[in-house]
Amino acid sequence: MIKVFVPRDSSALGLGAEEVALAIQAEAEKRQVAIELIRNGSRGLYWLEPLVEVATPQGRIAYGPVTIADVPRLFEAGFHNGGAHPLALGLTEEIPYLKRQERLTFARVGITDPVSLDDYLAHDGYRGLKRALTMAPAAMVEEVTESGLRGRGGAAFPTGIKWRTVLNTSSAQKYIVCNADEGDSGTFSDRMIMEGDPFVLIEGMTIAGLAVGATDGFIYLRCEYPDAEVALNAAIESATAQGYLGDNILGSGKAFRLEVRLGAGAYVCGEETSLLESLEGKRGLVRFKPPLPAIEGLFGQPTVINNVISLASVPIILDKGAAFYKDYGMGRSRGTLPIQLAGNLKQPGLVERAFGVTLREILYDFGGGSQSGRPIKAVQVGGPLGAYLPESQFDTPLDYEAFTALWAVLGHGGVVAFDETVDMSKMARYGMEFCAIESCGKCTPCRIGSTRGVEIIDKIRAGEETERQVALLRDLSDTMLASSLCALGGMTPYPVLSALNHFPEDFGVTSAQ
Amino acid sequence: MSDHSATANFPMAVALRLIQMNDPAFDSERVSGIIAELKTKPGALLPILHAIQEVLGYVPGECVPLIATELNLSRAEVHGVISFYHYFRGTPPGRHTVYICRAEACQAMGSEALEAYAKSSLGVDYHENTRDGAITLEPVYCLGNCACSPSIMVDKKVHGRVSPKRFDDIMNLTRSAS
Repeated sequence: MIKVFVPRDSSALGLGAEEVALAIQAEAEKRQVAIELIRNGSRGLYWLEPLVEVATPQGRIAYGPVTIADVPRLFEAGFHNGGAHPLALGLTEEIPYLKRQERLTFARVGITDPVSLDDYLAHDGYRGLKRALTMAPAAMVEEVTESGLRGRGGAAFPTGIKWRTVLNTSSAQKYIVCNADEGDSGTFSDRMIMEGDPFVLIEGMTIAGLAVGATDGFIYLRCEYPDAEVALNAAIESATAQGYLGDNILGSGKAFRLEVRLGAGAYVCGEETSLLESLEGKRGLVRFKPPLPAIEGLFGQPTVINNVISLASVPIILDKGAAFYKDYGMGRSRGTLPIQLAGNLKQPGLVERAFGVTLREILYDFGGGSQSGRPIKAVQVGGPLGAYLPESQFDTPLDYEAFTALWAVLGHGGVVAFDETVDMSKMARYGMEFCAIESCGKCTPCRIGSTRGVEIIDKIRAGEETERQVALLRDLSDTMLASSLCALGGMTPYPVLSALNHFPEDFGVTSAQ
Repeated sequence: MSDHSATANFPMAVALRLIQMNDPAFDSERVSGIIAELKTKPGALLPILHAIQEVLGYVPGECVPLIATELNLSRAEVHGVISFYHYFRGTPPGRHTVYICRAEACQAMGSEALEAYAKSSLGVDYHENTRDGAITLEPVYCLGNCACSPSIMVDKKVHGRVSPKRFDDIMNLTRSAS
C-alpha cells in the first residue's frame, strides 16, 4: 500500500488541503490505485502548502503547492511512485529550507500522524517519560535546569528554577498549566505542535507533573485554535486509554490527569496570572506578584505554568539528557528556538535552529526576502509587544541577551517582515490601539496610557505641534514602561518607541528629536 | 474597546434588548442542563459560557441569573466575565461569523485593504450582522495563520492568502451552505 501524506494543519487546510485530500482519495479509487492516506502535521514550509508527500523506498518525496486541479495530472505522472511532475520538489528532507534546520522540539511534526499513539511511539515518543519514571523528582528537575531551557513563551525565565520552586513548596494539590494562549501576531509554533504532535506536549506536561508532584494539568488553549482542540482531545483520549495519562501512569502508581480549557479571545490571558484567573472562571485581570504562581498559583496552589514549546522541549531533554540539548545554542540561550517567519516574505514558515543564527540569515537564506520584491524596511520580532528592527540591525544573532542589548526582545520567536511601503507611525499607532483594546484595565498606565497614546500619535501624524507631542509620547512611554502591572502595558512602548527611534521620518520628525 | 457609535445607536440597543427578552433561542431547560452538567468542574464559568454559546450562538441575558444562582456568584460577576472576553456575545450572531485578522503579520500583507473590502462588500461594520442575517463580521487578533496572510476565519475554519476575489468566493460558498 502506497502511503500518501496530506497535512491536517489548519494553515494547510486554509489553503485547500482537505479538498486536495478528498480529490486524491477519489482519484486513487477511480484509477484503482491502493493508497493509504495519512493526515500529517505541516512541515512548516507554508509557501508550498498544501504539500503532498508520498513514501518511496528512497524516502518521502514532496509535491506542492497542490491544488485539486493538479490531482489527475499528478496521478498521470505516477506521483504515487515518486514520478516526475512540475510540482515535484524531490526528497522532502533534502529541501534546503528543511535540511538546514535543527529540529529537536519539532522532530516529528509533519512526519507522523499527530493523533496516532502508535506512530508517536514508533518515532521515539514517550522515551523521555520512561526515563523520567526511573528517576527521583529532584533529578528530573535538575536535568531540566542543567539543560539551560528558558521559557519559550517570551519571558525566558529558566524553566528548571520554576519547577524547583514548585517541587520545594509543599501542598496536597499542585498543578501543571500549559499556556497555549498563543496570541502574538506572527507566531504559530504552539499551534503547529498542538496540531502536528500533541503527544509531545502531553508527555512534557506528564514529566512536569511527576517532577514537581502535581497530579492535574490544564492546557489553556485560545479559542481561535479549534483544530488544535480537536487534536489535543483526541491525543489525550488515546494516551489515557493506553495508560500514559490517568491514575496509574504506565503502572508506576503515579497519577497525572489532563484537561483542555478554552480561552475566549482575550490577549492579556497569555500573561500567566491573568491566565490563572481565567482558568478559575474569572475576568482575566492580572494579579500582583508576589506571590509567584509557583507558590500560589491556580486555585491558590503551587503551579508550574509554562508555554507549549517549553513543555514540548522537555521530552527530548529527558530522553537524550541535558548535555545533548545544552550543546545547541550560544551564551545563556541554550538549545533551539522554533522561529516563525511571517508577513511579507517569499518563504514564510517554521524554522527551528539553535540560538545564534542571525536575523539576516533567517530573513533571506530561509525567508527568501520579501514576497513583494521590495526591500524589507522593518522587522518586528517577538509579537505585538516586540520592537521593530531596521535593516542596520539584521546581523544580530537570535539570542536573548543580544536582543536585550538592542532594547528589543526575542519573545516567542515570531518574525514579521514589512517591506518599504509600511508607514511606521501607523504601526506605532496600532501598537497603542492594540494595547487599548486588550488591556485588562487593572492598572492605569496600560488602561489610560494606551488610549492617550493613540491620541498623541494621531496628532503627530496630523503634524500638530509635533515636537511637543513627541516629547509627550516619550514621557507617556516612560510611565507605561516603569509602572504597568504586566508586559502588556509595560512593553507596548517597545514597538512604539522603536518605530519612532529607527524611522523618525515616518513621524515627520528629525532623528535629533 | 472603544465604541464611538454607542450613543448614536442607543435606541437600537434598547430595541435589541427588548427583542432579546422574548428571544426564542433562549431555552431555559437546555441552559439549565448545561449548567448542571458543568457546574462541578473547578473554574466552571468559562466552560459553561462556551457550552451555551456553542449551542445557542450567543449567551442570552436570561442566562446570567441562572448561572449566578447555580455557581453562587452575583449577577454582576457573571455579567463581568461575559463582557470581559471578546469572544462571548450577548446578542444573536448571523448564521455564520466571519473573523478578519487585524494583527501585524496580516497588515504586512494587505489586511487593511481586505478589511475595507469586506466591510463594503458585506455592507456592515465590525460587530454587525448583514441584512439577510447570513453573516456577522468580527475583528480578531491573530489566527496563528501568519505564514499565509492575510487570514480570515469563517466559523471554525481558517482561510489563508485571502484576496478580495477569494473573499467573495468564500462568502458565496458560505451563504450557499446555510
